[in-house]
Formats: sequence, C-alpha cells, structure tokens
Amino acid sequence: MLSETRSRLRGRKPKFGVVVFPGSNCDHDAFYALHKVLEYDVNFLWHKDTDLKESDVIILPGGFSYGDYLRTGAIARFSPIMNSVIDFANKGGYVIGICNGFQILLEAGLLPGALLQNISLKFICKDVYLSVENYESNFTKGINDKIVLNLPIAHGDGNYFADENTLKELEANNQIILRYSSKDGNVSNEFNPNGSLKNIAGIINKNGNVLGMMPHPERSCNPILAKTDGSLIFNALVNNIYN
Amino acid sequence: MYRAKVLIKRRPSILDPQGKAVEIGAQHLGLTNIKNTRIGKYIEFDVDIEDKTEAEKEVSSYCDKLLVNPIMEDYEFTLSEWTPSKEEV
Repeated sequence: MLSETRSRLRGRKPKFGVVVFPGSNCDHDAFYALHKVLEYDVNFLWHKDTDLKESDVIILPGGFSYGDYLRTGAIARFSPIMNSVIDFANKGGYVIGICNGFQILLEAGLLPGALLQNISLKFICKDVYLSVENYESNFTKGINDKIVLNLPIAHGDGNYFADENTLKELEANNQIILRYSSKDGNVSNEFNPNGSLKNIAGIINKNGNVLGMMPHPERSCNPILAKTDGSLIFNALVNNIYN
Repeated sequence: MYRAKVLIKRRPSILDPQGKAVEIGAQHLGLTNIKNTRIGKYIEFDVDIEDKTEAEKEVSSYCDKLLVNPIMEDYEFTLSEWTPSKEEV
C-alpha cells in the first residue's frame, strides 16, 4: 500500500495539512516551519471538518487539545477530522503526531502504547539529544547517520508506556525511531527526561507511515533560531516520498 | 433513570508518581502508617434508560471507548435507580 502511495506522490509538490484542535498551540509553529521556512504547501485543517484538502502529509500538532481533560488526546481523538485522519492513515497516508499529536495518535489506536505523566511530575521544557534508532524509515532515511538530533521537548505527559509484548514487537519491527540520549548518542537512564520505557521518544507504526514523537521538530527549523535539526525529519520525508 | 458511579484506577503494574508525592505529604504530617497511596478518578453521570442491563451496556461502552484507557487503567462502576428532582431536570 505504501509503495502505491509513493508512486502517486512522486514528482508532486509537497502538500501538508496541519490539524487545528481547540487548545492546539503549536499549529502555527508547524505552519510557519513547513510553509515559511521550508516552503512547502500547507493548509490548516479544522477539527470539525472532515476534508483533508488533498494533503499528502497530516500533522497533528502539539498543545493541549480539549484542555487535556480526562486524558491527553482522549477527546481530540473523537473529533470529526480524526475519522478522516484514521481512514487516511489506514490507507497508507503519512501522519506525524508531535507531542499532544503523539498522544492523540496513541488514543486513536494508530500507534501502540500510552503516554503517562512525567515521572518527576514536572512539566519539562528543554532541549534534548535524540539517538536516531532506525535510518530505514521514510521519516529518517537520508539523514546523515552520524548525527544525534538536538530538539526541544515541552510536555507534562511524555512518559511512554507499553506492555512487555508491545515493547518486544516495537523493537523486533524497528518501530522505535528516536530515543533520548547523550550528545554522542549514548542511550541510558541518565538521559531519560520523563521516565519513558527504553528511553522511547518517537515510534512509527508497523507500516511505517505514522510517526509519533514527543520532541518538537517544528520548533527547530529556522536557521535564525540557530537550530535546524527538526527540518531534517520533514525534509527526509519529503525526499523519500516525493522524489 | 440510573445514576452511574465510575471508579477508574491505574493498573497495579503502573507507577503512580502523583500518589507517591502525596504520600510524602502524609509523612510530613506525621501520618506514618499511610502506605501505597494511589490516585485515580471518580466520574458520575446519569443514564436515561429504563432497563438496567441496557443501562449497564451503555456505561460499559462509555468507559471502554472514552473514559478509560485500558493500557493504563482499570475501572469498576455501580448503577443505582435514581429520580432527578425538578431542579435537576
């Protein structure tokens, strides 16, 4: 199914859709990074709509959708737009969930596991280093494999949890894409900011078309801000699916 | 009509840092016999269905689909017959 999606997209102009939920607060950051900095076509997608406006890549942005009431992402998952996003993802469409977007993907069942409250109980806002664990995915293929990504995190509920069988499956299928690490890529508990099992910061689904990650690539795209590692992920995806 | 009372608990295998932090408060109060504090959620609502079995199904469906995330939480609920007073309707 993925190869069908890829051949349909080859040579087209990249087209992103950024979903706006009530309480999203990184939707404009995502729009700015993708459109103003990276110069891709981007549309906002309103949570009450069902039309994905022919987007090829859907971004579920960070924030506090529906006030994070009940559980993070639990209510956003039932927004009308999410039925279209779930359908799109199940047909092989590319979806990236960032921070609250990752939480929504887990609640929607598009990715396995759950995100619990940070073990320190603190909201953590800082730059972290991330070891890229799989260079074969469409989100990472082509990124120089010597690099350790430096991206900001900003969350209160980023503590990744899954049962033992799910973890084994994630590892067996190379679904773990990013782990919290030292500056030189050393993955150990010391560099785990939030208590995530196995230092997990980002995973993909089995088919490789849905990515969920706690760090914010959209906040790290503009050279003016000195850090641009986030653009590596967006550009890798564009290169891998359109070229 | 029934009044549903749902109790949601973190699964025993999942750490509860909030419970632990609150328990430190108990220690500070001198309540040294308090152990294993775990924090859950309590939710109540009304179910406008006459038949109890059907009402139970409705509550289970609400819990399974929205109120509870089975990856990290368990739940139990009770239903009691209930007639709302005029002010509450």
